[in-house]
Amino acid sequence: MARITMREAISQALWEEMERDPDVFIMGQEVGVWGGTYAVTKGFYDHFGPRRVRDTPISESAIVGAAIGSALTGLRPVAELMTINFAFVAMDHIVNEAAKIHYMFGGQMVLPLVIRTVGGGGRQLGATHSQTPDAIFAHFPGLKVVSPGTPADAKGLLKAAIRSQDPVMFIEHATLYQMRGEVPEGDYVVPIGKSIVQRPGRDVTIVTYSKMLEVSLKAADKLSQEGIEAEIVDLRTLRPLGMEPVIESFKKTNRAVVVEEGWPSYGIGAEISSRIYEQAFDYVDAPVKRVAQKEVPLPYNRTLEQMAIPNAEDIIAAVKEVL
Amino acid sequence: MEKTEYLDLYHQMVVIRRLEESAAELYQSGKIGGFLHLYVGQEAVSTGLISARRPEDRVITAYRDHGVAINVGISANQVMAELLGKATGISKGKGGSMHMADVTKNFWGGHAIVGAHLPLAAGLALGDAYRDQKAVTICMFGDGATNIGFFHEALNLSKVWNLPVVWVCENNKYGMGTTIDRASAVSEIRRKADGYEMKNQVVDGMDLLAVRETALQVFDEVRNGSGPQFLEIETYRFRGHSMGDPERYRQQEEVKQWQENDPIGIYHQHLIKDGIATEEELQQVVKDAEAVVKASVAFAESSPEPAPEELFTDIYMEE
Ligand SMILES: Cc1ncc(C[n+]2csc(CCOP(=O)(O)OP(=O)(O)O)c2C)c(N)n1
Ligand SMILES: [Mg+2]
Repeated sequence: MARITMREAISQALWEEMERDPDVFIMGQEVGVWGGTYAVTKGFYDHFGPRRVRDTPISESAIVGAAIGSALTGLRPVAELMTINFAFVAMDHIVNEAAKIHYMFGGQMVLPLVIRTVGGGGRQLGATHSQTPDAIFAHFPGLKVVSPGTPADAKGLLKAAIRSQDPVMFIEHATLYQMRGEVPEGDYVVPIGKSIVQRPGRDVTIVTYSKMLEVSLKAADKLSQEGIEAEIVDLRTLRPLGMEPVIESFKKTNRAVVVEEGWPSYGIGAEISSRIYEQAFDYVDAPVKRVAQKEVPLPYNRTLEQMAIPNAEDIIAAVKEVL
Repeated sequence: MEKTEYLDLYHQMVVIRRLEESAAELYQSGKIGGFLHLYVGQEAVSTGLISARRPEDRVITAYRDHGVAINVGISANQVMAELLGKATGISKGKGGSMHMADVTKNFWGGHAIVGAHLPLAAGLALGDAYRDQKAVTICMFGDGATNIGFFHEALNLSKVWNLPVVWVCENNKYGMGTTIDRASAVSEIRRKADGYEMKNQVVDGMDLLAVRETALQVFDEVRNGSGPQFLEIETYRFRGHSMGDPERYRQQEEVKQWQENDPIGIYHQHLIKDGIATEEELQQVVKDAEAVVKASVAFAESSPEPAPEELFTDIYMEE
């Protein structure tokens, strides 16, 4: 195992999959000559060439649409949307085509498509460039939605996504690229749809994913100093949702806090808490709490933006409320 | 134009240039965050265009919006305060560099999703056409933006409905790191307007007076019912796409060559050659502009942060 950054882990997965399978290729804005706006595909253009590392015009619907078309012919495109905020431009192709095409034609068409994109706030990019709309994409049956919170999961899940026969939205976080962690070398694949306990504990269950995993771990460390042991379940995949580790943990702790970076209304926390009530009602000792973004478009001003995004203190306060 | 008007345009360009140079420094020192897209090299485009508009004419642009902000008459103080995210900024510190607007000056904003403001421009023009108001909507966007669906839908609609819009493509040769020939099937961008049977022309964007003269005429025609028109303005950005751009996609030689065609220098020479102003007078204008920018930094730095309650205001008009 090597200790590498999230950026390196994602890059490694892409590189290895492209080496393994000549049908895998990358397309998106600035993925080639520039090397990726987050430097994930640096060096790819020189190594794999313009046939397999394809710079596109600023045409999100054509990027996703053409990726779908090429995937239908058996290629395995990794289409990159520079940020998830631009996925809205391609929404029809994601929602009305990618998510439906296998079902609607009675299973005839197969869509081994990955849409790699980046979400999250906290960088003062203002309202249109800072969103965490993951829940929207997880709303649609037919799409798989993956969002890793550690470098190892990023590598393993991206490999699984590229090998998947279904369309996968792979959502990275803009402030996690420098995060370091142990990542297995070589062919390391993490199955899609499996949540995992990232930190064991007995007093409360924190359910989270992506950037908020890091924040929740920080909160758990502080809580631990006060003698409160939080168990953290990392969803890793939002659809299909792996509830077993969540329910198992909840049956032990009887209390849960769901932490997401996006807005609470109709969100991940709403979904998880509802499923806890449905699947473990007899174990509920306190109402499940949601920690999420303030219901405002994110402002540019740093202080205001930080107020709006969940932090460790918010999580600690929520945990204390359910205890 | 009166002499004072000539000098005022010079003043505006220098204010934009110096303000952005200060902004770049403030960005390096961490006082400005987020994305900062500089307009350095392109000042003559917005300065020329806006000098040709009437107050009732509307302006809308993309995220590279500091120049337009100054040209429409937002004070350097309010622009700088917005860059620093202060309560006194033109968007109360909520918008930042990419989102300046002043509705009282008919400036309908910087918009950060590429191409998204083009359909809005068609709608602004519809507002005027609907009420038989003689006004033009000036919509500015980059060369890269002509490859997104929004562009084609908006141009088509504006032609079908004969809307009073002037579509202005600021062709600075790159969309981020991608040259036009790598992203656009048509290398001569104005020809995209041909596809919508729209009158179009190319203008030298380094020459303020050329931009202004063309704009005066085109705005007049559009105001009087010619239907939408298209201007491709040739220009160049001297700096990276935004702060932190490694600029691996272009040669420094190319940048240097363009820098020799500095729009401020060209206008300066023009004013001298035509005997409109003396070196001393222009030096004075530069000094004044520098003082304005310096004061704006002091103003912005000493301005208060937005109150915490501001996080929750402006979401809806009604409860
Ligand atoms: C829909 C969308 N896709 C991608 C981006 C990221 N992006 C911001 S600016 C830009 C390049 C735009 O180039 P151009 O239109 O030529 O304008 P310039 O920056 O040269 O002024 C890109 C790709 C975005 N903001 N919106
Ligand atoms: Mg451009």
